[in-house]
Amino acid sequence: MAVLDAFYHSLGWLWLVLGAGFFLAGTVALIRFPDVYSRLHALTKADNLGLGLICLGMAWELGWGRQSLKFLLIWLLALLAGSVSCHLVARFALRSGLGPDDPP
Amino acid sequence: MTATLFDALLALLLVWLGWRTVVSTNLFNAVVLFVIFGLLMVLCWARLGAPDVALAEAAIGAGLTAALLLEAYRDLTGNDPHHVHDVEDSPLRWPLAALCGLLFLGLVATGWQLAPPTELGETVHARVAESGVENPVTAVLLNFRGYDTLLEVAVLMLALLGVWATNGPHATLGSRQTLDPDSALIDAMVRLLVPMAALVCSYLLWAGAHAPGGAFQAGAVLAGAGVLLHLAERLQPLGTASTSSRALVTVGLFVFVAVACYPLVYGGRLLAYPDGQTKALIFLVEAALTVSIAHSLTLMFSGGRAFQRGRR
Repeated sequence: MAVLDAFYHSLGWLWLVLGAGFFLAGTVALIRFPDVYSRLHALTKADNLGLGLICLGMAWELGWGRQSLKFLLIWLLALLAGSVSCHLVARFALRSGLGPDDPP
Repeated sequence: MTATLFDALLALLLVWLGWRTVVSTNLFNAVVLFVIFGLLMVLCWARLGAPDVALAEAAIGAGLTAALLLEAYRDLTGNDPHHVHDVEDSPLRWPLAALCGLLFLGLVATGWQLAPPTELGETVHARVAESGVENPVTAVLLNFRGYDTLLEVAVLMLALLGVWATNGPHATLGSRQTLDPDSALIDAMVRLLVPMAALVCSYLLWAGAHAPGGAFQAGAVLAGAGVLLHLAERLQPLGTASTSSRALVTVGLFVFVAVACYPLVYGGRLLAYPDGQTKALIFLVEAALTVSIAHSLTLMFSGGRAFQRGRR
């Protein structure tokens, strides 16, 4: 059973590391991408997935129970806030005349 | 080892962010840096084992203050994204820096000389059972040092009166285009977040008796919902105060003073809760405080004196 346990925990760590990787990729994209829209696109997609994986990894490692639902709720709320604020920033940029290729 | 590294990194980041906030010449950058500073402060309080302070910092320091600063920034720049507002060098900056440095040194010296806080903490922990609640922080705030909290609530009300006084009764309110309130996404967000904030508020209020939480945190969360409703134009601030608005602002202080004076009737001491009713009375005070704090903070944010239903 020790082998199975080790496999289980290594999977948990895999989610956490993958999540951190997505955050890193999103942040690099935020700094390196040329305009508002591609930055927003990269940032929100990557961070949402990254947070989801980190929440999964935490629930995985801390044992399934009531707190797993809290992690799920945290992720869903972040998804909601992320998509709404992304939409608002993009709309504001579009209305103030920023084109897809203009520097922010 | 990892924890120490994390704490050291956190402390260094805090100092760096504070420095960047102060020296930044771009006002927007300074605001964003200050908000990040607040978020890291939340982590610091959590690492110091003070979840009550972390909650308050998250709701007020990072949440409401951020909204207030961004709103002020927008008023300064007039909604024009290309308008970059730069801070001009003030001739006062060196005297101010020197004053801040002196204050900092004074604080460090004071902190150095303070006796280790174990004695007070132990006394509180030993006598928390007498307070009527299980959370030592609530016990201190509402029972052992209720006097301080009473005055704090009065200060909050005075601050709101100050905002009202400086705004004048006929300030233009809510006439600016805000959040794009017609957007379907805003509607969905308001419908989801506001009930959830109300739920979190009631939970924090109830949990305050035995876990981190209490009137200030609960009120700040509810005020966050109020700010969202105001920005989404579901709540319209008014320039004149209504009776109900005045009642909501003052109910916390009134209830607190009434509960504080109640023991005087039968010859007890001010703020000494009668035996057996302590928990119920503390909850009553906290519930009234939550309402007043939430309403006052939302009014402060909008600059209004009362609210009516918005256009949407």
